[in-house]
Formats: sequence, structure tokens, C-alpha cells
Amino acid sequence: MKRNFIEKLMKAIFIFSAMTSIVAIILICIFIFNGGLPFIKEYGLKNFLLGQQWKPSNSPPSYGILPMIMGSLYVTIGAVIIGVPIGIFTATYLAKFSNKKLYKFLKPCINLMSGIPSIIYGFFALTTIVPIIRNIFGGTGMNIITASILLGIMILPTIISISEASIRAVPESYYEGSIALGASHERSIMAIVLPAAKSGVISSIILGIGRALGETMAVILVTGNQARMPAGLTKGVRTLTTNIVIEMTYAADTHRQALIATALVLFVFILLINIIFSIVKRRTLN
Amino acid sequence: MNKATRYVIKLSAILTFSILFFIIGSILVKGIPNLKLSLFEIEYTSQNVSLFPAIITTVMIVFLTLIIATPLGVFTGFYLIEYANKESKFVEIVRLTTETLSGIPSIVYGLFGMLFFVIKLGFQYSLISGTLTATIMVLPLIIRTTEEALMSVDNSLREASFGLGAGKLRTIFKIVLPVAMPGILSGVILAIGRIVGETAALVYTLGTVAKIPDGLFSSGRTLSLHMYLLSSEGFHIKESYATGVVLLILILIINGLSNYMGNKIKKGRYNE
Repeated sequence: MKRNFIEKLMKAIFIFSAMTSIVAIILICIFIFNGGLPFIKEYGLKNFLLGQQWKPSNSPPSYGILPMIMGSLYVTIGAVIIGVPIGIFTATYLAKFSNKKLYKFLKPCINLMSGIPSIIYGFFALTTIVPIIRNIFGGTGMNIITASILLGIMILPTIISISEASIRAVPESYYEGSIALGASHERSIMAIVLPAAKSGVISSIILGIGRALGETMAVILVTGNQARMPAGLTKGVRTLTTNIVIEMTYAADTHRQALIATALVLFVFILLINIIFSIVKRRTLN
Repeated sequence: MNKATRYVIKLSAILTFSILFFIIGSILVKGIPNLKLSLFEIEYTSQNVSLFPAIITTVMIVFLTLIIATPLGVFTGFYLIEYANKESKFVEIVRLTTETLSGIPSIVYGLFGMLFFVIKLGFQYSLISGTLTATIMVLPLIIRTTEEALMSVDNSLREASFGLGAGKLRTIFKIVLPVAMPGILSGVILAIGRIVGETAALVYTLGTVAKIPDGLFSSGRTLSLHMYLLSSEGFHIKESYATGVVLLILILIINGLSNYMGNKIKKGRYNE
């Protein structure tokens, strides 16, 4: 009798625990949407998303976040250009070229790379990459290129670990068949194994994009944070994420709502990326 | 052609790992000389930007977060793997939400924490606001690693336990949990790493006060926040490096431990 009761009680506790994440996501949606939507309604979605001026202290203030959307877009594309090829090739190396002993050492290094706090990456970029870029291109060295390099490095572990797993998941027979037909090791991998791992590699890129888009504290140190339309690769920009952190300290009333609305836009982007990710993943499973 | 391909692949790998070692190396080389004893004094002052209060705050927030997040995450894993019908709608929804949660950028968590815990619930910038925000953030990680660890436990163990007349609960806690423990622990350790490294989610929930918090409802700053504030002000580059070293060493230890635990569960599986 007593045992039965405890069994049931614990089961209820387990179910209750399982519901926390659902409650959490509902709360997050409610608070971000409720905080941002009234402002967007009042200011106009078009003015907000496509406005090129972010001048909260002007009168009347203007709250266009196109500069930040473009800023996020530029540095994310930059990160993809830098991080994706290096990441995929490194994954290929780990899965198909390294020996067991080396792999045992290198694999934990990738885990370590994803465990290093973003503030350390940011600080490293601030103290090492910024001066190099400054010497080459002049200016402050805090610009799209610097941020792209930094984010390119930061998305490497995401891309490498997922791509590597999907390359390893390709049946060995594909590779063997290709070798049997006379193709070299390299050609078999590039022409047969990698294309077979395509969907896993694509999901790794999507997750990498999500990571780059959402990164805040590292980017804030190296992009210059000027709230204006991107004026060139060697000019500073501000991203959606940094816009929130920089101004939240002192923002009040409408300005604060505009920042929450900025987070809402970011949130919607991330949700879209998540949806694309699960579509790609579902396709793989089928 | 073959040679070129091989070179490109090897070069990429060399580049990746040299970047990693260069980052670690440069922080250690420039940071260790700046690690002065004065940085570990109990009081933070504007003359001596001691990182000791930040270390204590970090320990506090990690401890509090784990106390809440570990049972929640592990119990969720129990339910999903040991109880629920794998095809049920509820399981699908939980999976979907944890997946979505793990993709949300930390600044969005931070803003949510500010709107909900700090303002709506009136907790102010405090240890409790930071802890609850961090809890939601690491929950998906703990759930996922628990699920993986439970799934790796051989079903015959469960059946044997049921066969001997043990109930479900007893089987879970006495048979399944001990076997899955290293896997779950490696997830919990990863969660520690995530909390230690977090900045954006804590800046508007935990706040940035540079003192040791004297209660659940008082503000503080973690090591990462401390480092961010120092490096964005730009006056204390040396101290930033020193904080970086402490942070990096913590992360190295945490990752090493998690790796060790992860290997342990793999070995256990091969021995069967």
C-alpha cells in the first residue's frame, strides 16, 4: 500500500519535472512577446524593421533596427565564410585522416573549445585580433572583419562535432565501394563520403549560424557597436544582441520597450533557424 | 589533386587546433604574471579590483543552480526514458521544447530573466534571479545527457530487476541510476562549465555588484561578468588577463572531469 503510494507520488514528481521546460518556454514567449509587441504595434512593424535610423535620444526618437539586422547578417555571413570550410575540413580530418591516438587527444580539445567562455574569446579577439586588423586596415580595428574572424572561430566546435559525427555515420561500405572502383582515399572521401553526410553537415552549419547570431558578450568587445548601416567591411557595426546589452543599462519607457522588441526580432530569427534545423533533421531520419 | 585535398584538410585541422592552443597559450602567458596575491583579497575596491568576491559568487550561483536544475533535469530524463510512451504527444512536446530552449541565445534568457524574475516577481538584481535564469538555461543540457545516459543502460538490467520483484522506482534508483551515473555527471559538469562561462544571461539578472552577496536577494558578479566589466571599461587589462587565467583553469578542470566521466560510461558499455 505504502509502496504503491510512493511509486505514484514519484511518478507525479517526474511528470511535473518534465513539464518545467514546457512552462519555461511558454513563460519566455509570453514575456518577450508581451514586452515587445505593444511597441511594434505602436511604432509600426515596417518602421521598426526597415527604419535605418536608431536614435533613441532624438526628439522625436527613431527606432529603426535595420542597421542592427544588417550588422548581425554581415558578421554571421562572415563567420560562416570563415568557419564553415575550416570546420568541415577539420571534421573530415578527425573522422577520416587522424589516427586513433591523435584522435583521443584532439576530440577532447574540440569539447574544450566549445566550453571556453565567450568572454575569453572576446577578450582574446580584443587583445590579439583587433591590433592585427588595425595594423592591416587602419582605423580602430573594431569592425565587421574582426567580428567575422572571432565568430568564425567560435562556431568551429559546433560545426566540427556535428559534421564529424555525421561523417562517421556514413556506412563504411560507401567508402569501400569507392576504393574498390579504384578511387583514391581522398577522392572517395570528397566525392562519396562527404556528400553522403550532407544533411548532418548542413545541420551543423545551421546550428553554427544560430550560435553566431546569438553571440553577445564576445561581439560587443570587437565590433565597434556603431548603430548605423554597415558602411564597409572595415567599418564598425552593431548587432541585434549587442544593441540590447549596451542600452538596457539606462533605457526607460519606450526606449526599453524598443529593446525588448529587438530581442523579440532576434528570438523570431532563432525560432526560424530552429524550425529549419528540425526540418533538415527530420529529412535525415526519413 | 589528391595531394592538394590532403593538404587542405590537414591545414584546416592544424589551423583549428593552433587557434585553440594559441588562445589558451596567450591568456596563460600574459595572465599568469599578472596573478597577484592582492587580487585575491576579500574586499573589492576601485584601487584593487579583487576577483575573490567574483570567485565566491561564481561558486554560489553554480551551487544554487545545480541544486534546482539537476533534480529537475534528471527527473525529466527519468520520465522520458523510464515511464513515458516513446510515441506519446507529451514526450514529443517536451523534446521539442528542450531542443528549442537549447537554441535560445543567452541574451534572450537574460532579458526574460529581467522581465520575469527581476521585475515581475520583484526579486531585483539578485542571486536568486540569476540562479533561476541559469537554471532554465542549463536544463536542456542536463535533460539531454541524462536521456543519453539512461538509454545506454542495457534493458536486461531493468528486466532482471523487475524479475526479482523490484518495483519501478527501486529499479530506477538502485539499478539504472548507478549505471547511468557517470553519463549524468558528465552532463552536470558541462552545465557547471556553462554557468561559469555565462555572461549575457546574468548581467541583467544577477547584476554586477562587486561584493560577495550576503543573501539570496542581493546582487553579485561572477568571474565571467567580472572579466567582461573589466575588459569593456578598458582600464584594467592586466587584471582582465588574470581573471581570464582563473576562468580558463576552471574550465580546463571542468572539461577534463566531464571528459573523464564520459569515457567511464563508454568503457562500462564495452565491458558488458
